[in-house]
Amino acid sequence: MNIPSLLGAKRSPVVSAIVLQRERWRLANANTKRDVALLMMMLPGLLVLFVFAYLPMFGIIIAFKDYRAYQGVLGSQWVGLKNFQYLFGTDDARRIVVNTLAMNALFIVSVLVVALAIALLLKEVQGSSRWLSKFYQSTLFFPYLFSYVIINYFVFALLNTSNGFVNHTLEAVGVHPVNWYQSAQSWPVILTLVTVWKNAGFWSIVYLAGIIAINPEYYEAATIDGASRWRQMWRITLPLLKPLIVINLLLSIGRIFYADFGLFYQVTRNAPELYPTTDVIDTYVYRTLTTIGDVGMASAAGTFQAVVGFFLVLFSNWLVRRTEPQSAIF
Amino acid sequence: MVVLPTKPPRLRAGYRRVRPGQIAIHASLLLLSFLFLFPLVLLVSASLSSETDIYVLQEPSQILTAYAVTITVTAIGTAAGVLVMALLAYPLSRPDFSWRRPLSFVVFFTLLFSGGLVPLYILVTHYLQINNTLWALILPYLVMPWYVFLLRAYFAGLPRELIDAAKVDGAGEWRIFFQIVVPLSRPALATIALFCALTYWNDWYLALLFINNPALVPLQYLLYQISTNIQTLQTSSQAFGVTIPALSAQMAIAVLAIGPITLAFLAVQKHFVSGITLGGVKGD
Repeated sequence: MNIPSLLGAKRSPVVSAIVLQRERWRLANANTKRDVALLMMMLPGLLVLFVFAYLPMFGIIIAFKDYRAYQGVLGSQWVGLKNFQYLFGTDDARRIVVNTLAMNALFIVSVLVVALAIALLLKEVQGSSRWLSKFYQSTLFFPYLFSYVIINYFVFALLNTSNGFVNHTLEAVGVHPVNWYQSAQSWPVILTLVTVWKNAGFWSIVYLAGIIAINPEYYEAATIDGASRWRQMWRITLPLLKPLIVINLLLSIGRIFYADFGLFYQVTRNAPELYPTTDVIDTYVYRTLTTIGDVGMASAAGTFQAVVGFFLVLFSNWLVRRTEPQSAIF
Repeated sequence: MVVLPTKPPRLRAGYRRVRPGQIAIHASLLLLSFLFLFPLVLLVSASLSSETDIYVLQEPSQILTAYAVTITVTAIGTAAGVLVMALLAYPLSRPDFSWRRPLSFVVFFTLLFSGGLVPLYILVTHYLQINNTLWALILPYLVMPWYVFLLRAYFAGLPRELIDAAKVDGAGEWRIFFQIVVPLSRPALATIALFCALTYWNDWYLALLFINNPALVPLQYLLYQISTNIQTLQTSSQAFGVTIPALSAQMAIAVLAIGPITLAFLAVQKHFVSGITLGGVKGD
């Protein structure tokens, strides 16, 4: 804003300096008023974040204390790294870390492959039948709407030992039925199938949107040059989709230390027989806190997860920045 | 005599010709759709059995209470959540707001780091003491930072001139927000509302942590309790001679819980898809 020119040149320099000063105050005043009004708008949201996000962050000090409810968080005794020593002295620590990482890695790869395949198929039928492609999209997305409590019911209807669909089918073809809720080694596969079923539709819509955004001229030119559909997929669609795929992969790697609590708690029916493959950090923290009541161990595991998770997010963002600078989150 | 030029030949090969590959693709997509729907079909068919009504009718008040809790939480949570998040996002979208960068970081940091379950649990039960109240089912999900950033991006795309013009006319910030920004952002707000409603409707986790009072049990948590109770009943039934509600009864209640969501989904499918692409393809 060019204030002196607005004031004109006729006044003496002293007068115009005073006017200029006043004008500055007025503007500064208006700016402050605006800032205050906008801050007031943010107040409720900031308050919620302060209470439910920031206060718990300070709560990680619990992991370094011998927490006693009657002494409160601040009044409890400091014990240094003792809780962590106990945690890493058990066999549980290795198990929950390995399970969390391995299962999440399985999920990331499977969901990516299936969602991409669906998106590529959907792309091929885009032009031919609007109605059918809408139908496919809705149907494949549908499972995303269900909570894990409901999904537990679905899975139980399929897998329960006495009259589940799968065991019925196995019996019908003469195979011995399996006691699914007691055979831990099957659950990496079962949970992967459930995750793919729930999430592949969602991600296929994301990838389809990415495919639709590709300039159709590329395909027209390729068709004129006689490139087959298959070749177009490998040479046009997938290369142009790569940035989106890379970002989603890196974002999931940033979250690989966090397990989907509902999946591991509800769908397994929290069956102890399945813990060897399905006990993850989140279920361990929950169980240790509420069932066992060991606040120290639970908070040590939770803090370990939060800190490692934090560095993984920073790391994955650093990787995004290196590969696709414009897509880095921060 | 003027000769009209004939249309140039179409360059797009394969136009309107059904390729054999297409049929295979349709077949595989149909098969996949069937596979994805199959568990649902199984659930509904399992629920359609004669024992069903008996068990459901035994405890109608419990189910009605759970419905009431879920509907209350979903309605209040969604309305309050969208309002609070929009009010949080709008100032962050204003380039002239002096606190824009530091406060954006305050919101953003909560996406990077969280204290985890233990501190939250102790905070809610020991310090706030809002466990066993509806607050415990609403407040923790009220502000979801990811949605705040989606809204911020949407608000930033609105024409600046409208806001400036309203300012020249002497409108205050609140008035600009409610009379210009909100009406223009209806599609984005609707999408966020939809996802918030889904979160609240499907939630059992907060109830698992914070609710013991049977009068405050939401639907999803009731379903969870039923499945675990039946599990314990089944293991001890021989000893006590209790009749176990059949699998079909459980399935019937599950159908009751997914009914409304299915209907809502069919009604507003378009918004869901636009919401996903809003969140999935970032880049602005």
